[in-house]
Amino acid sequence: MKQGFFEIIANEKLTDNVMKLVLRGDTSQITAPGQFVNIKIDGFFLRRPISVCDCEQGVSGVLTLIYKIVGEGTRALAEYEPERVLDILTGLGNGYDITKAGDEPLLIGGGAGVPPMFLLCRNLIAAGRKPVVILGFNSKSEVFYENEFQALGAQVIVTTADGSYGISGFVTDAMKDLSYSYTYACGPEPMLRAVYDKSACSGQYSFEERMGCGFGACMGCSCRTKYGNKRICKDGPVLEKEEIIW
Amino acid sequence: MVSEMEKAKMSDLFAADKYSTAVEISGITLDNPVIPASGTFGYGYEFAELYDINCLGSLSFKGTTREPRFGNELPRIAECTAGLINSIGLQNPGVDKVISEELPKLRACFKKPIIANICGFSIDEYAENSARLDKEEQVSILEINVSCPNVHNGGMTFGTDAKMAAEVTRAVKAVAKKPVYIKLSPNVTDITEIAKACEAAGADGISLINTMLGMRIDLGRRKPVVANKMGGFSGSAIFPVAVRMVYQVYEAVKIPIIGMGGVSSARDVIEMMLAGASAVQVGAANLVDPFASREIVGNLIQEMARYNINSLKEIIGGAH
Repeated sequence: MKQGFFEIIANEKLTDNVMKLVLRGDTSQITAPGQFVNIKIDGFFLRRPISVCDCEQGVSGVLTLIYKIVGEGTRALAEYEPERVLDILTGLGNGYDITKAGDEPLLIGGGAGVPPMFLLCRNLIAAGRKPVVILGFNSKSEVFYENEFQALGAQVIVTTADGSYGISGFVTDAMKDLSYSYTYACGPEPMLRAVYDKSACSGQYSFEERMGCGFGACMGCSCRTKYGNKRICKDGPVLEKEEIIW
Repeated sequence: MVSEMEKAKMSDLFAADKYSTAVEISGITLDNPVIPASGTFGYGYEFAELYDINCLGSLSFKGTTREPRFGNELPRIAECTAGLINSIGLQNPGVDKVISEELPKLRACFKKPIIANICGFSIDEYAENSARLDKEEQVSILEINVSCPNVHNGGMTFGTDAKMAAEVTRAVKAVAKKPVYIKLSPNVTDITEIAKACEAAGADGISLINTMLGMRIDLGRRKPVVANKMGGFSGSAIFPVAVRMVYQVYEAVKIPIIGMGGVSSARDVIEMMLAGASAVQVGAANLVDPFASREIVGNLIQEMARYNINSLKEIIGGAH
C-alpha cells in the first residue's frame, strides 16, 4: 500500500451512471488485476474504494478506474474536473492470480464488476491465454467496454437481463455451451453465487463489501471462509472458490 | 543578511531538544503522548509495513476477549459527517492466540510500552483476561474496556453503571500487577460518577471516551445502515464531546487520564492535554489516513513552538 497523489486526466461518462476516471501518478504499488484503490473525496470522512480497471505501470503511470455513481460520494467524484489532484491509497487488496488460469479461462463481470476484468483480460492475453469474457448488464443502455475487451483480442459475450442487447438473460445463461479451464468472476453476490454453482472448474471470485479503512485495520468487512475469518479489503477482495462460504 | 547570531537563534528555535514531548503515566515514560487507539490499529504490524511505528508513544491493541469472536454481521460500517459508525462487535482471535501469535508479531516491530485492551462478558472474564495479559512482559498497561457499545450482555453494560464499573475495577486490580486504566463510555448521564467509582475501586487511571452510540438509516432500504442497527460513532465530529468529558473527569479524579475521541491533529492533542489528558489516543483518523498518527507526532514540536510550550508535561490540565 502507498499513499499517492494522482492528477485527473479525464473523468467522463460511459453510461447514465457509470464514469471512467483516468489518472496520472505513481502506480508502482498496483501489482495484480483485481486490486483496488481508496480515494479521498472532499467533504466525506471515509475514502471510496474503487477497483483497478487498467494500469500502465510507472512512477508517472496511468491508472484507469470505472465507477458507478451509487451515493453522494461518487456523485461528488463525478463532478471532478481534469487537472484536479486526488489523494489515493493504491495497491490495496489481493488481486487475481493469473498463473492458475489454464489455457482458456472464463472471465465473468456483472455491472460494476466488469472493470477489474479488463486488466485481468489484458494480462491473461499477454501471458498467451485465450480468455472468453462474459459481460452481464441489466439492459442495453448500461452496456460498456464491449469494444475495449474485443480490442484486447478476447472473445466477448454480452448478456442483458431484459434482452435488449446480446444474449437475453443472466451471465449464467451464456455459460451453458462454453468449455473453459478456470473461472474469474466479479459482480453482485447473487451473480457470484450463480456462477459458483454453475461453474464446474475452480476459480477466483471478487467480493464487494462496505469498508471502513480499506487496508485491514478496522475489521469492518470481515467474512467467514473455510480457512478462517478474512478481511475482504486485505485478504480479499478475491477469494478462491474452494474457501468461499455463502 | 541574517547574522550568525540570528541563525543560531533560529536553529535553536527548531531544535527538537529544546522541546520535550515526553509524558509519564503511572510511572511509565512515553516519548510522546500519541497512542493509536484500540480497534483502529490492529496489532501494529500492518502499519509497521508502512512506516516505523516506534515513532509513537505507545499503542493500544485490539480489544481482547477470552474466546475468539467473529463479531457482528455485516454491514458494520456507516459513514457520517466528520466521522463513522462502526459495529464490529469485538472481532478478535481470543486471548490465547493474542498471546501466542499476535503479541510476538507486535513485539517484533514495536519496542515501546504497549497497552493491552481487555474486554469481557462477565466480571470473571475481565479478571481472567487481565491476569493472562498482565503476565506478558511486553504489556505495560491494562486498559479495561467497559464501554464497547456493540456487544450485548457485556461491554458497555459494565461501564454505564458505577457499581458495575467499580466491581470490574476491583476484580482486575486483584489479579493485576500492572497499572489498570478503565476505558469509559460517553453514553452516560454523568461520566464523573463512573470515573470516581473506578478511582475509589483502585483504578490507576481512566481512558475516555469510547464511541458514542449512534445510528444511520439507509433512505433507499428504509432500514438502519449497519446490520446491528446501532453502532459506535467516532471521528472528528465527537472531539468537542471528548474534550468536555476529559475536562469534567480531570476535575473529579486525581488519577491520570488518557484522552481520546476524534483526535486528528497535533493541535487536538494539545487541546486534549489542556483539558486534562496525560496522554492522547488517536482512533478513527488512522482509518482514513494510515499515516495519521505519525503525522500527528511529526507536527507536535511545530505546534508546541507556536503556542510557547516547552514541555508537554507542563500543560496537562492547563485549561482549568
